Amino acid sequence: MDNIINIGKTAGLLSSIGYRKAKNNIFKILVMVFSFLTISMVFLIIGTLLVKGYKQINLAFFTQVAPDTFTAMMATANGEIIPGGIANGILGSIYLVLIASVIAIPMGIVIGVYLSENSKKKYACVIRDIADIMQGVPSIVIGIIAYIWVVVPLTKGYSVLAGGVALAIMMLPLIVRSTEESLKMVPDTLKEAAIALGTPYYKVIWRVLIPTSFSGLISGILLAVSRVLGETAPLMLTTLGNPDVNWNIAKPGSAVPLLIWQFYNDPNMVNLIWSSTIFLMGFVLILNLISKWIGAKRK
Amino acid sequence: MNSDKILKRVLFFSSLVIVLIAAAMVFSLFEGSLPSISKFGWRFLISDQWDPTQGSENYGALLFIVGTILTSVLALVIAIPLAFCTSLFVAEYFRGTKLASIVGTLVDLLAGIPSIIYGLWGFYILCPLVVEAGLSPQGFGVFTSALILAIMIVPYATSLSNTTIAMVPNDLKEAAYALGATRLEVIRTVILPNARSGMTASYILAFGRAIGETLAVTMLIGNENAIPHGLFSTGNTMASVIANQFGEASGLQLSALIELALLLFVITTIINAIGKYIIKKIG
Repeated sequence: MDNIINIGKTAGLLSSIGYRKAKNNIFKILVMVFSFLTISMVFLIIGTLLVKGYKQINLAFFTQVAPDTFTAMMATANGEIIPGGIANGILGSIYLVLIASVIAIPMGIVIGVYLSENSKKKYACVIRDIADIMQGVPSIVIGIIAYIWVVVPLTKGYSVLAGGVALAIMMLPLIVRSTEESLKMVPDTLKEAAIALGTPYYKVIWRVLIPTSFSGLISGILLAVSRVLGETAPLMLTTLGNPDVNWNIAKPGSAVPLLIWQFYNDPNMVNLIWSSTIFLMGFVLILNLISKWIGAKRK
Repeated sequence: MNSDKILKRVLFFSSLVIVLIAAAMVFSLFEGSLPSISKFGWRFLISDQWDPTQGSENYGALLFIVGTILTSVLALVIAIPLAFCTSLFVAEYFRGTKLASIVGTLVDLLAGIPSIIYGLWGFYILCPLVVEAGLSPQGFGVFTSALILAIMIVPYATSLSNTTIAMVPNDLKEAAYALGATRLEVIRTVILPNARSGMTASYILAFGRAIGETLAVTMLIGNENAIPHGLFSTGNTMASVIANQFGEASGLQLSALIELALLLFVITTIINAIGKYIIKKIG
């Protein structure tokens, strides 16, 4: 009788091990499947863009502005590719990012230096929290802010400047935080050595801190640029869009994402969407990868 | 005054700029919403009327609040299993391998894809699939938006999870293995309890992202000013109604839209603050 019970117990234990192993394996498969699902999205999205858009990419795509609706409609009706391109958007995007960078990069780096030099102070913690919170503010809200600050009182209408300000507000906290993080990685001994030699503080920052963390700063800036390059919502409320190339800071301007939005809303232009999207996506992802690569090289 | 002192002052006063910007943002949003706040008061939050007709103008945010919460909660529900498994893949199953770093980079790339591209992909690929499955006549709606939102927020939900899972002490895991625990049991009894708060924080931050996402949702939710009555029903969110109506709005409607933005600002700030607070607590 006892034997039977023992055998039964052992069998129960064995089956329980089998059961536990089975559960373990099922979970492992689940992890694989869900991870595969997640990363397959990257390939699905990029693949769709490439397949749908490669035909439309030619020289004119980079050098000309988009045609009017009627020309586009005729081209589509004749089965030709739509003439023209997104030159106004490309130049506009560069212009917008330049304006945003001029405002946000110097300010962001200075504030980042302040944070890393005073990292423990209560006030610095407040600044850090504010920067973090600004990072979380939805981009459309920032668009409204730039509308209230620039479009209404300054340029009295939609303008490139307003878009630049919106993008600058988005870039600022990113640059502050990335500057702080990369300055933190500079060894204290380097700073101490410089100070021991009697170097004035500004020179320590300018000649020691900034150069040693230079690649980190650049990687942060590239990441910030790649973030704002694809922003559409805030630009809809600020720069509006422009069928021509515009260099007047007080007038509406164009940008690649704005053009995509415009093509999306105009049934005749739909074919231009995919090539523009490839361009935008390619640019954003390349900047992103370069930034990661520079960041990884430092470690 | 020597150069050191000047420099310290310069640094300090530039750091004030960011405080001023943040304060000015709140002030501007509040000032812009004043006409709407003084006209509708608290009713704005509980009224589902959105009527821009001249003479009988009446604005309430309820239907947008419901739409926003519905899409982002659903997005989070879809994103959590994806993010949970992906972070286990990167930080536990294949920790430190080349495969893990490739998967990690690919997930980060998801965060880099602009919102408008997600919107287009959803519109041209996902909507037809939803229609084909017979789930909704046009493919637009809460479900489609939530699906795209879920993909968009997975990177935010994984990044911090990865770090906290990788931070679980190896000794603890090895002790559990030595006792004969399977990997699943180690995950359940050692990794999860240790990494739980970090993972929760990353899901909260991802949720905050979903609430504020604008363009992808605007392209997919159907933009109907009614409280959604089901998963496949169309609706509208706070962010998408701003994107849709801001261009033509003036007067009281503009003010109501700015009040929506203020609301969005307050909600995302609270959610982010909670997330950051949890992160700070785990150090």
